[in-house]
Amino acid sequence: MLQIKNLHASVENKSILKGINLEVKAGEVHAIMGPNGSGKSTLASVIAGKEEYEVEKGNILLNGEDLEDLAAEERAHKGIFLSFQYPVEIPGVSVTNFIKTAINETRKAKDLGDMPAKDMLKMIREKSEMLEIDRKFLSRSLNEGFSGGEKKRNEIFQMAMLEPKLAILDETDSGLDIDALRIVANGVNKLKSKDNAVVVITHYQRLLDYIVPDFVHVLYNGRIVKSGGKELAHQLEEKGYDWIKEEVNA
Amino acid sequence: MDLKEKLVSSFIAFENNVDIDSPVHDIRSEAMKTFETTGFPSKKEEAWKYTSLNSVLKHDYSVFPNQENALEYRDIKKYFIHDIDTYKIVFIDGKYSSHLSQTTHDGIDVCLMSSALNKPKYRLIIENYFNKVATKDSLASLNTAFSSEGAYVHIPKNKLVDKPIQIIHFSTENESALMLQPRNLIVVDENSHVQIIERHQSLTDNPVLTNSVTEIFANKRAIIDYYKVQNDNKNASIIDSTFVNQKDQSHCLVHTFTFGGKLTRNNLNFYQNGERLDSTMKGITIIGEKQHIDHNTLVHHIEPNCESHQDYKGIYGDSATGVFNGKVVVEKLAQKTNAFQSNNNILLSDKASINTKPQLEIFADDVKCSHGCTIGQLDESALFYMKQRGIPEKEAKALLMFAFSNNILNSVKIPELKQRITKLIATKLGVDIGFDL
Repeated sequence: MLQIKNLHASVENKSILKGINLEVKAGEVHAIMGPNGSGKSTLASVIAGKEEYEVEKGNILLNGEDLEDLAAEERAHKGIFLSFQYPVEIPGVSVTNFIKTAINETRKAKDLGDMPAKDMLKMIREKSEMLEIDRKFLSRSLNEGFSGGEKKRNEIFQMAMLEPKLAILDETDSGLDIDALRIVANGVNKLKSKDNAVVVITHYQRLLDYIVPDFVHVLYNGRIVKSGGKELAHQLEEKGYDWIKEEVNA
Repeated sequence: MDLKEKLVSSFIAFENNVDIDSPVHDIRSEAMKTFETTGFPSKKEEAWKYTSLNSVLKHDYSVFPNQENALEYRDIKKYFIHDIDTYKIVFIDGKYSSHLSQTTHDGIDVCLMSSALNKPKYRLIIENYFNKVATKDSLASLNTAFSSEGAYVHIPKNKLVDKPIQIIHFSTENESALMLQPRNLIVVDENSHVQIIERHQSLTDNPVLTNSVTEIFANKRAIIDYYKVQNDNKNASIIDSTFVNQKDQSHCLVHTFTFGGKLTRNNLNFYQNGERLDSTMKGITIIGEKQHIDHNTLVHHIEPNCESHQDYKGIYGDSATGVFNGKVVVEKLAQKTNAFQSNNNILLSDKASINTKPQLEIFADDVKCSHGCTIGQLDESALFYMKQRGIPEKEAKALLMFAFSNNILNSVKIPELKQRITKLIATKLGVDIGFDL
């Protein structure tokens, strides 16, 4: 599904990604871990098409198609979803209206008409129930005055509504208490299928107890320096990142 | 002959046509003298530093159009708030159109300035209120000199006016450029409440210059919601001078929505002649191309325990230019005043500009006054967030601009008007949003 080949990227002339190689197949869950400043969020933003990041070398392919010339919204239309570490507040636009706009714009890009109101309501009801989201929450302005946990739950709600092919969860566990974490993780697990893929970016192993990865990659200094199975996450939890840094620097 | 000379010489003919015994005859003559001495304002004056009238004064305006054009309601329906019942006072090229209007004398007076100026039964109101709050600056004086037509609204005490009043001035295809000088008088007595919507709409490509004066009197505990919809075409300019005189415990709210027009100058002045009253001014400006807007506001806090709130939002694209000049004066006697002013702006292009200038003159020592202004660009991270959800750039920008001006839209108390303004904004931004905000 996703192929990243020798990806180099920089922001404001500062080189951040220095040769990433990664392949994510449909049905798989990948975790990307690593110390602060290793480039995890940059990788997520570059895949999603944030304009401030300059891709200097390498390619990102989604189902064989090079994403290089596609704007962020076009990538979204192709099925890439990024759950933000810091979702943005948009006063005056309700959660419901925002997601309706997002869905209908995506449909428009595929030459489909607006989703019938009845279907939209049904879908909103199903997905919000799955994530234990209150009705009242949906009529509030998007992310305005939301707690950290509400913001993250809202991100997963949008993911559930948009049904992406590739979901990248950037630090979705930060700011969540244990109950919220379980609800969010359950949501992600229910959305998982053999046709889509999930990339989980996280500092800690905690979230991976709930969303169990098939592969774990360690990002350090702009490169993936180690890959393994889910046991690698446990190792990192126990020993921290210093032994990885030592291995790399040796 | 330049415009000033033309106006001065047509004044004599104008005076011959109106009733010389009218109580306002002396007021008009006096005002004409003032205009003759001062002339049109220039950029040398502090209050006009950022707005030049040269580009609008150069046309050869017809001051009294001879031609009378009729309009069919179905052709101009879209300029009305037509989905609810309203009183309407409609003018075409400065002349009253009874055909398009719906006035009343049933307990309240919603009618014409020309009647009020000429009929004995209105004489007392005219004597007490006409030209009593308008200032004597040159443009207001010019309007006073030629004042003969406009809207006249008098709400006696204890009346809740059952529906909004729409005041609409149309200008049509004429032999030449057209200058209009409507004069409105709104008097709301004790405990009464009225909602008014004012609009000026040119239907011609000829240049139109409107020099409008509105005097508003809010007596004790009166509530007035006044909405100005400025979405005129690109050859139409307006200088709108509105003066509000407030008495004890009255509430006045003026919204100004500016999306159209070539040059728009709003002189909005509040005088607080009473205690425990409040004055609110809110505005959304969204302009582009070479449009120019100048919001010039004044709140004069004269007595204690009063409030004023100003909240203006502006979005400027292309080569548009804007001015916000907000003056707050707090007299020595006006203790416990709360005065707030805020002006936030977004510039969408490198060529757009805004000059924002708060002016606070405070002579009392126990007051709360604040002002703040910001000038920024659209938030890039918010744009990326929306684009990531599949919303294209143009729509994402529009949503952000709606979000930016949302609190002001939300204070519009007539739902149909709010809906209309939302649509005007969507049209201005070139988007079709699939829901009501």
